[in-house]
Amino acid sequence: MIEAPEQTQVKIVEPTIFELSSPGRTGVTFPASDVPETALPPEELLRPDLPLPELAEVDVVRHYMHLSSFNYSVDTGFYPLGSCTMKYNPKINEDTCRLPGFLYTHPLQPIETVQGNLALMYQLQEWLKEISGFAGVTLQPAAGAHGEFTGVLIMRAYHKSRGDHKRVKMLIPDSAHGTNPASSGMMGLQVVQIPSDSRGNVDLKALEAACDDTVVGMMLTNPNTLGLFDENIEKVIELVHGCGGLMYGDGANLNALLGIVRPGDLGFDVMHFNLHKTFAVPHGGGGPGSGPVGVAAHLVDFLPEPIVGIIEEGEDDMPPLYGFVKPAKTIGRMKAFHGHFGGGLVRAFTYIAMHGPDGLKDIAQYAVLNANYLQARLRNTYHIPYDRTCMHEFVAEGRFEGSDVRALDIAKRLMDYNFHPPTNYFPLIVHEALMIEPTETENKDTLDAFADALIKIAEEAKTQPELVKSAPHTTKFGRMDEVKAARELVLCCWLPENYDLEA
Amino acid sequence: MNAPAHLKYTKSDEWFDPASGKAGISDYAQGQLSDIVFVEILVEAGDTIEAGKPIASVESVKASAEVYSPASGKVAAVNKALPDKPELINSDPFGEAWMIQLEGGTPGDVMDAAAYEKYCAERAH
Repeated sequence: MIEAPEQTQVKIVEPTIFELSSPGRTGVTFPASDVPETALPPEELLRPDLPLPELAEVDVVRHYMHLSSFNYSVDTGFYPLGSCTMKYNPKINEDTCRLPGFLYTHPLQPIETVQGNLALMYQLQEWLKEISGFAGVTLQPAAGAHGEFTGVLIMRAYHKSRGDHKRVKMLIPDSAHGTNPASSGMMGLQVVQIPSDSRGNVDLKALEAACDDTVVGMMLTNPNTLGLFDENIEKVIELVHGCGGLMYGDGANLNALLGIVRPGDLGFDVMHFNLHKTFAVPHGGGGPGSGPVGVAAHLVDFLPEPIVGIIEEGEDDMPPLYGFVKPAKTIGRMKAFHGHFGGGLVRAFTYIAMHGPDGLKDIAQYAVLNANYLQARLRNTYHIPYDRTCMHEFVAEGRFEGSDVRALDIAKRLMDYNFHPPTNYFPLIVHEALMIEPTETENKDTLDAFADALIKIAEEAKTQPELVKSAPHTTKFGRMDEVKAARELVLCCWLPENYDLEA
Repeated sequence: MNAPAHLKYTKSDEWFDPASGKAGISDYAQGQLSDIVFVEILVEAGDTIEAGKPIASVESVKASAEVYSPASGKVAAVNKALPDKPELINSDPFGEAWMIQLEGGTPGDVMDAAAYEKYCAERAH
């Protein structure tokens, strides 16, 4: 049985770089100048001093090395953050994205000088089409939500091109990621929330009632944020198409479907991929993401420009000439250049190439197996409100009869067991949600250790609730005051002098 | 959970006081949201609003939520002090944390306190 971590009282706190500063210390000493001095800019452009920290190079390196050792990452431990697909990212991706041919190129170079880059992008477009069942792909969007916005722009452009101007509503299930209503809201669309039924599927009656000729479409994540594949997906798509709407797929959970189900075959019209989730591009801390968008044949003409295409077919040993093409009714550019090339596209290309079709199918199968194994091990201890065979993740309730321990406390206590907490309080339709996504990269030993920790915490919640409610105890910092942090926002290090707070 | 008998309640957890015309969110709602850290009132005195339309948006450390008007009518006043003290929604949801006051408000789809308590109890499981 797993041992409960003991409380440790000693906290090692690293001073800020400003506190470490000492006047006169420098990282680099310049030699005496051997060029003539020039006059300084006019006085109004100068400031008397600049409060930068003064330290030797070694002190700076040690400071940031100390701070980085406080981090928790996929490379240091299990990271079951639901909906985020925090799988291990193979290190070969780091090698390929640093190949000099990729690294030292510029997006404004003539296409003849970057044929390798363009060939990679073209092949990635083709692979993403094959994986998803779509007819066209743009690699431009910078992240998942940017992909959503691109997709919704394409949907609107499609309706407009048909002279269908009365469509103003986007249907979104109550289990959706918050980015879905946000992307629709940015377009000025009205968001209509569709409830889930008792099995976690889209409520068909409510959907049917909402479908009319003012509907732009529906944004659906499948499997949804409960980790459940919608059992009525064909009927859902039929209803939306039946009223003239388009079906948008949020590809955040594509990891569960690779090589098994293609959203394009199901009838989805548009979908964004999260290369940073499904195709092992490191993410977290806000980026960088990569959110390519795939579209069905009737929407190909609306894709953002440019996309990578073949300008001249190859012959015999001659490869084709790749270049940029402009879709006929394009919605325009979504990004200054061509997407997150090295950071996202090269890594995702490498990942797909390394796995091949069978390997991609394995990914989905192991991701689903791992989630179901964890769900089965926790089912008797934690209430699973939508208790079905899950896909790549599942949602448990972090609360117990007769205990005031909550999901947040359980999440914090997991840190004492050296696990990253799962997503909590999302999706909103589950009380005290703990959303657990183990991903395919974890072995049975890790899954068992995590399940043991959660079961132990459930026991602690009954026997020593105060221990759980005051967790974490073994981390560098204890429980953060989230309320104070949110209510008293300080968004810069210091206030400029003479800054008028009342103004 | 507390639900004063003189108030009316919506399924989306707002309360309405037919006597004073004031409206806000219920004790159950604040409990579910936990510590409220931000509130923005989206209507102004003088606006005419319909029941079911958004009147405010609240954010807690756990989630953000829209607040819908429990009644239709003309807005006589909004609680200007609330955005500076969002924690009032946690400490006094039916009193100091009123959000808007309607003049001659007509309740929308509302229920009495007993029905609301039953509705909340059902959702807790």
